[in-house]
Amino acid sequence: MNNSNQEYLDYIEKNSPKSKLWRNMLLAFLVGGGICTIGQGIGDIYEKVWGLNEESVKNAVPITMIFLGALFTGFNLYHKLAKFAGAGTLVPITGFANAVVSPAIEFKKEGYVLGVAAKMFTIAGPVLVYGINAAIAVGMLGYLMGY
Amino acid sequence: MQKRLGAQTVRFQSPVSFLATASVAGQKEAQGPLSKYFDVIMENAEWGEETWEKTESKMQKHALMRAVEKSGIDVKDINYLFAGDLLNQCISSTFGLMDFGIPFMGVYGACSTMAETIGLSAMAIDGGFANISAAVTSSHFCTAERQYRNPLEYGGQRTPTAQWTVTGSGAAILSGTGQGPFVTHFTSGRIVDFGVSDANNMGAAMAPAAADTLSAHFRETGRNPDFYDLILSGDLGMVGKAALIDLMYEKGYMISKNYDDCGCMIFDIEKQDVHAGGSGCGCLASTFCGYVMDMIKMGEIKNILIMGTGALLSQTSSLQGETIPSVAHVVAISTERNRL
Repeated sequence: MNNSNQEYLDYIEKNSPKSKLWRNMLLAFLVGGGICTIGQGIGDIYEKVWGLNEESVKNAVPITMIFLGALFTGFNLYHKLAKFAGAGTLVPITGFANAVVSPAIEFKKEGYVLGVAAKMFTIAGPVLVYGINAAIAVGMLGYLMGY
Repeated sequence: MQKRLGAQTVRFQSPVSFLATASVAGQKEAQGPLSKYFDVIMENAEWGEETWEKTESKMQKHALMRAVEKSGIDVKDINYLFAGDLLNQCISSTFGLMDFGIPFMGVYGACSTMAETIGLSAMAIDGGFANISAAVTSSHFCTAERQYRNPLEYGGQRTPTAQWTVTGSGAAILSGTGQGPFVTHFTSGRIVDFGVSDANNMGAAMAPAAADTLSAHFRETGRNPDFYDLILSGDLGMVGKAALIDLMYEKGYMISKNYDDCGCMIFDIEKQDVHAGGSGCGCLASTFCGYVMDMIKMGEIKNILIMGTGALLSQTSSLQGETIPSVAHVVAISTERNRL
């Protein structure tokens, strides 16, 4: 690439509007925190009202949150919140549900096998692959170190 | 007189006239500033079809049907159909236009397709190979999103430089006999790549290609920007529009006075939340075949230049880290035909 092109790239970098970082971080914090607070609230209800033990609560809360994430995706609402929240809706487990359910809905037209099933993990797949592998690696390391 | 003026520009000798144009637009576009100039407005994004792709095909079909209706010709009189779109293998065009039974020339020029197909139609007519030719293209927000980006319901954020794919279609019917407006020149673009790789900043990627073709047009025709009442690019958006003005200034052309971009006109950028503006084949197609042609007919503008700008990337090239090659095609239109 010659110099004049680099000049152009610098020009574009300088003149393109930037994301509003502080605003985005604040919204992500508020919405992400809000989702986690809802999760905590649900956990408290399970524990204190329904009398579930700690282990069961740890399983029941993520199941409930994933269900809610999927439900709101299906109602065409989750991405509207995500537009403002950014990482605030992406990071909690509800974001994972959205990443699985949204391609499942979108690619239903290509059939249940090659559409829904095959495309369901196009976004979430990498998270599973590297997440599980990282978990195995850390687990092995922990075992070898005697924890 | 020579038809070829230079490396990129041809000047048409016979009068290549628009017989009629028609535009189709979606709801979001109909809520924008150009609302009243669209011929057909879709009642919703699906428009009664099962898949987004079928909807887009229907848009092309209706754009051409309406243009044929307005022109008063018979479909059988059209010798060639030059058409294309953004979807893989241009399926909107093939599925939407097959029932017409017109010899079909599939064209892929990304968002430059409207200008390219008008130029090719004009060449076929001036070359004596066609009496009547049609140019059609379209884009649909939902088909483009699912092919190039993420599922509609996926919760992601768009960057400020990202553009919104216009749900729109346009069809133009050109003829060797007609009362104008006339296509007078066609400057076809070279592939230009300045190294922009951000697929969310297409305007920036396409502006150098636009500057390349536009300056070639002025150089080879000996005209300057002031000759035109309106210079209109397809979908450079806010970032690309500003970049083109600056790039042209560096080349010694002041275009800011009479220049605008369809991507900045079709939506109310502040109110409609489209970030850097509109994009897609349908952006220039529906703006030109609607608003611009109406302005010409009303006598508001006489000499205009339309420029389709296309980013020639694919999902594969993008994932493999390639930069974005672009192309721009320029068509000069006038209410008066070229004099021999």
